[in-house]
Amino acid sequence: MTDSKSSRLVSAARSELQAAGSITHDPTRRAMLGRTAAAAAGGVAALAGGRAAAATVPVPASNLALGRALPETEYGMPSKYEAHVKRRRTDVLVNRQNFSDWSMTPLHQQHGTLTPNGLIYERHHSGVPDIDPQQHRFAIHGMVRKPLLFTMDDLMKYPSVTRFHFMECSGNGLTDWLKASSKTVQQTHGLLSCAQWTGVPVSTLLDEAGVRPEATWALAEGADGAAHARSIPMAKLLEDAMIVYASNGEMLRPENGYPLRLFIPGWEGNVSIKWLRRIKLGDKPWHLRSETARYTDPMPDGKWRQFSFAMEAKSVITSPSGGMNVRPGEIEILGFAWSGLGKIRTVDVTLDGGRTWREATLEEPVLDKCLTRFRLRWKWDGTPATIASRAIDSTGYVQPTVEEIRKVRAITGFVQHHNGVFPWSINAAGEVKNAIA
Amino acid sequence: MQSPKFLWLALAAGFVLAGCAATKSTAGGSPAQARGQAVSEADLLAWNIDVRTPDGLGLPPGSGSVAAGKAVFDAKCASCHGAAAAGGPVFGSMVGGIGSFKTDRRVLTPGSMYPYAPVLFDYVRRAMPMNAPQSLSNDEAYAVTGYVLQLNGLVAADAVMTAASLTAVQMPNRNGFMVDDRPDTAATRCMSQCTPIAGK
Repeated sequence: MTDSKSSRLVSAARSELQAAGSITHDPTRRAMLGRTAAAAAGGVAALAGGRAAAATVPVPASNLALGRALPETEYGMPSKYEAHVKRRRTDVLVNRQNFSDWSMTPLHQQHGTLTPNGLIYERHHSGVPDIDPQQHRFAIHGMVRKPLLFTMDDLMKYPSVTRFHFMECSGNGLTDWLKASSKTVQQTHGLLSCAQWTGVPVSTLLDEAGVRPEATWALAEGADGAAHARSIPMAKLLEDAMIVYASNGEMLRPENGYPLRLFIPGWEGNVSIKWLRRIKLGDKPWHLRSETARYTDPMPDGKWRQFSFAMEAKSVITSPSGGMNVRPGEIEILGFAWSGLGKIRTVDVTLDGGRTWREATLEEPVLDKCLTRFRLRWKWDGTPATIASRAIDSTGYVQPTVEEIRKVRAITGFVQHHNGVFPWSINAAGEVKNAIA
Repeated sequence: MQSPKFLWLALAAGFVLAGCAATKSTAGGSPAQARGQAVSEADLLAWNIDVRTPDGLGLPPGSGSVAAGKAVFDAKCASCHGAAAAGGPVFGSMVGGIGSFKTDRRVLTPGSMYPYAPVLFDYVRRAMPMNAPQSLSNDEAYAVTGYVLQLNGLVAADAVMTAASLTAVQMPNRNGFMVDDRPDTAATRCMSQCTPIAGK
């Protein structure tokens, strides 16, 4: 047994141990994984001691049988052993109906930086429409020289652009400012996803319609039951906004805006209007319900901050995270960092509740307005610890703590734009818990 | 025996792909071909439902009284919002909260939160009732808007809402908003002897 091979086995066993602790919603699977991990650890110990395993390693049953035949046509699905990896509705703020509701991405079960289409978080205001792309129309009108109407066929004939970007709901984390309400990172941070988005630059279509010089704002509106709409500054639309019809190589899923959505890189998800039916240009913002009564931030003296579009730099440790169990020894801390205003420059990790910090390793590629992976190896001695990460983006902005945010904003009720440093505590038993408060 | 054939196919496929790439890059270098079809604002009338505030631009002709609004509300809204908008099985109270924003418990209702009354008309018309959005007539939307405002003490019981009267309603939170002025935090990159995170 070569050293590299045995170290691979050790790391495989270790990741299984971590996985065993990460499954919070399926006790059967947790028990099964626990047994597997214990067996793997036993095998590794035997190998590491330089002795032959007591029993020969059996040939897998899959070697001894004919596999499944190829169906004539198929849309491939994940292994049945991955059936526990699911979006989940909020289990903290349980809504009285599930039409204006949200579901969250299992960040602790995401590998790499892209979120599979079926796991991209959802926020709907009146449920999910099923729109026939042949019937769908998209209009540009208002302060343009020539109002235009597009079919999906029209739109898909433009030279496409494809970009990697995260998308995050402004309400991500709203249940966990001053109280540790959520258990898992899926519930604390899962209104966050990242995908490869394909479509047409908004600027291409606006150029064709001819933007009148007085146009400074645009209204974007969906074809859903909420006709969800937002006012968006023209400057951002022209800078990098896209009309998107595909994510991760296939047409958008219905719940993500099929057949057409707006995508505004780095800004709160609700401005990336799904099921997009029109963009209307104007010379002032509209002040709709969704930008006054909702999606505004409480400020001191009873005020509200409006049009707080950008998602500022943020990070979170996804492993170990809430609901997992760890054992003393080598632990690889893993997490995501992202910024709506640029690239991630640095991520620091604390292992002592914020007293000292050390720089984590960033995994390439580090892309603009995209999830970035960080990692740090840590030898945990088994004494209780509080771990957290802190991101710094290419503008030099440093992710604040909740305490630092509280100095300048009012944290009362369900507050948007929680980008605070997020601590997890690990007790002597190795249980990882939400330690935001 | 099959490898030469496969090699040949692979080469052929390579040529096809190379051809595609060449075509694509040429197309990408030229201006996008216009694909949009001309349409008039009149053609888009049924879509053009937005109301801008504070000026009320986009409010349609029509009118509705508070009394008519109560009838619409009782028939089409109360099953979710409760009688007199006091809260029901789907949505909480839409009444009260005015003056609560300087306390620790801000109560958000159309009365306390909306800066301008036409915002409510816009939302009712575009999204309500949830099970039949855009089904209310403009008169019904004016009426039910007036009723919710009246429940919040913002218009009189005999008020009739029109584009002009709705735009004239003075909402208590009209000066409650400030535009984004972030970054507003002042975190620095401390590496040692830092202030611990306030959490556990």
